[in-house]
Amino acid sequence: MNFEYTEEQRLLAESVRRFVARDYGFEARQKILASREGASEAAWNELAAMGLLGLGLPPEHGGFGGGAVDLMSVMDAFGEALVVEPYLSTVIGARFVARGGSASQRASLLPAIADGKRKLAFAHTEADSRYDLGRVSTRVRREGSALIVDGEKRVVVDGPHADTFVVTARGDHGLAVLLVDADAAGLRQAPMRLLDGHRACDLSLEGVRVAPEAVIGMGDALALIEEVVDFATALVCAEAVGAMRHANDATLDYLKTRKQFGVPIGSFQALQHRMVDMVIECEQARSMASLACARVDAAGDAAERMRVVSMAKIKVADACRQISQESVQLHGGMGMTAEMKVSHTFRRLTAIAQQFGDADHHLERVARLR
Amino acid sequence: MDLNDAPEEIAFRDTVRAWLREHLPHELADRGLGYDHYSREDLMRWHRILAAKGWIAPAWPEEWGGTGWNPVQRYIFEEECGYAGAPPLIPFGLAMCGPVLVRFGTPAQKQRFLPRIYNGDDFWCQGYSEPGSGSDLASLSTRAVRDGDHYVVTGQKTWTTLAHFADWIFCLVRTGGAGEKKQEGISFLLIDMRSPGITVRPLELMDGGREVNEVFLDEVRVPLEQRVHDEGAGWTVAKFLLGHERMNTARIGTSRRELERLKAQAAREIKDGRPLIEDPRFRDKLTRLEVELTALAITNLRFLDQLRGGRAPGPEISMLKIRGTEIQQRLTELALMAAGPLAQSVAAVGEAPRDFDLFTAGLAPRYCNFRKTSIYAGSNEIQRNIIARMALGL
Repeated sequence: MNFEYTEEQRLLAESVRRFVARDYGFEARQKILASREGASEAAWNELAAMGLLGLGLPPEHGGFGGGAVDLMSVMDAFGEALVVEPYLSTVIGARFVARGGSASQRASLLPAIADGKRKLAFAHTEADSRYDLGRVSTRVRREGSALIVDGEKRVVVDGPHADTFVVTARGDHGLAVLLVDADAAGLRQAPMRLLDGHRACDLSLEGVRVAPEAVIGMGDALALIEEVVDFATALVCAEAVGAMRHANDATLDYLKTRKQFGVPIGSFQALQHRMVDMVIECEQARSMASLACARVDAAGDAAERMRVVSMAKIKVADACRQISQESVQLHGGMGMTAEMKVSHTFRRLTAIAQQFGDADHHLERVARLR
Repeated sequence: MDLNDAPEEIAFRDTVRAWLREHLPHELADRGLGYDHYSREDLMRWHRILAAKGWIAPAWPEEWGGTGWNPVQRYIFEEECGYAGAPPLIPFGLAMCGPVLVRFGTPAQKQRFLPRIYNGDDFWCQGYSEPGSGSDLASLSTRAVRDGDHYVVTGQKTWTTLAHFADWIFCLVRTGGAGEKKQEGISFLLIDMRSPGITVRPLELMDGGREVNEVFLDEVRVPLEQRVHDEGAGWTVAKFLLGHERMNTARIGTSRRELERLKAQAAREIKDGRPLIEDPRFRDKLTRLEVELTALAITNLRFLDQLRGGRAPGPEISMLKIRGTEIQQRLTELALMAAGPLAQSVAAVGEAPRDFDLFTAGLAPRYCNFRKTSIYAGSNEIQRNIIARMALGL
């Protein structure tokens, strides 16, 4: 047992922290949010130049062969800075290609992703799917050598930024995972803004033709979908830890500087004890995020992986709620205002609590695995 | 970062586990978590078995019998003992008086007391709390007045755990005059429980068990050479000791075992014709508790990993105390809930009814007893104060 980062991981974490301090401070982020695109091409190029887009990809395709543990410090720093670039979505898409794609799919797509030339988004959620990864109504059928996809996807996170969508669909023999280019005929996007500032879209697919080369999994793709989403869930847990730590740091700072009745409000025991509970929650969430990242990196038992990831998400979802709510409460009225970063952290934590399944969903999944 | 045990940690764990399997007497295992289910003889029997093996005081310096284990090895040992259902080790000698003597004792005091603590010859108890001094320990008023080469001690201690078994008590007493800071003028004395003037009176708790006592001291004569550290330096000793008291309060191994027992119990209990563990309301409470315990085990290891570098334990120990005791309490609460209406029966009167079940009868008293964990050893509110002050700078 050893909780130290390797020298490489430490250097990486440092360079990511330098990047967000320089290019992704709160004001810079607010400008990016207010821009037409809602993301920054310059920042994206920087992520590519730093090697972050290839961090988790195989070395033979321009990546560094890292796992979730290597990505933890990146996600943590992004959580703290509230980065709104389509990073996690692209990591998810790339993971589908790396884990389920053919040799030629990997060779053609992964180097472009690592270079920052291709962004992806995961188009899975539907009107009545909630968090169920197996509940898919979008249909895929054969027509000659091509495949035809029809269906409606909802709230595709980072969809407007994507060059390529990873689409789940149901065929005659089960679930499929397909690559669909953003400019494919029959694909329509209805863009939207999410609570946490990310852009997203509803996606309607009407007779979209997909070439056989664009099929990642066909018929038995549920295991692949679960594996990739577990990977993403572990990463979003790590992101949550960074965001929660920031909420705690900001709140602690406020308790020390804000004065009422002639004294800093942090001298009041009623507030001190709540602050302590926030700190303990963050430590507990961090422990579970580490456990989940280590587990998705370890080969082996899928059921054990699912159990650990779900347990982590339960803890993280509960901690997100408590820390986001308490951080606003302890900031008083100021915590409600858009000018305070903590109100934006509140929104991201609210989103993470539900992303890839809320606590109830994961409680049920643990029960099914028992 | 690697969350798996290293090969040498696995080997160490296997060694401890194999030894426990062979040497932990079955009749001593699994009698519950509290002291009240063990006689003095039970507790000392287990103590002597570990002493004979050389494992009774791992954290002591090696010259006094310590094992030289690092903090992670000590944790593994404690976790395995807890998981095996071993009787609790009484901390007053091993984890409190012993380390205090090692740190502050004279050579003669060490020679006189440490080997007897190690071998289980003396049973110790702790004379800290008083009727008017709980969380505000430094306000204590038991007074020691010098009379030649003795102190004469008069006052009252309370909540004194297992004083009715004890041969010795270490006490905080007031030796200084009035008007100074209340932390000053306190001294740390070692007192023979057979001294004339000592009376022990049991306090019956709501679970019916006998565990804590009142100790009355009426002009008890204590030789000067039984004072540890300087006169008036007792608060320094007390603070040092409190750090030790909190070292193993997370009790991960014991809670793991209790969680398994709770799961087995919830699988046996039937609700609406199905095992209770399949009832979503109960099941989700159980899962959330397991999540919290899993997280605390990792948090505990993260803190220990930092101590391996040689850093002294800090306010993070208070986090382990708070969350560890919350988990212990919740385990007893869910076990009480799992037993349903039958949990209300706590003892047979006269001849036991045919279906009387000792396991079930113990659940409600244990729930009651465990309310103590968030109160003792520095209440959880005091622990939050410590974190707020020491770690957060509030």
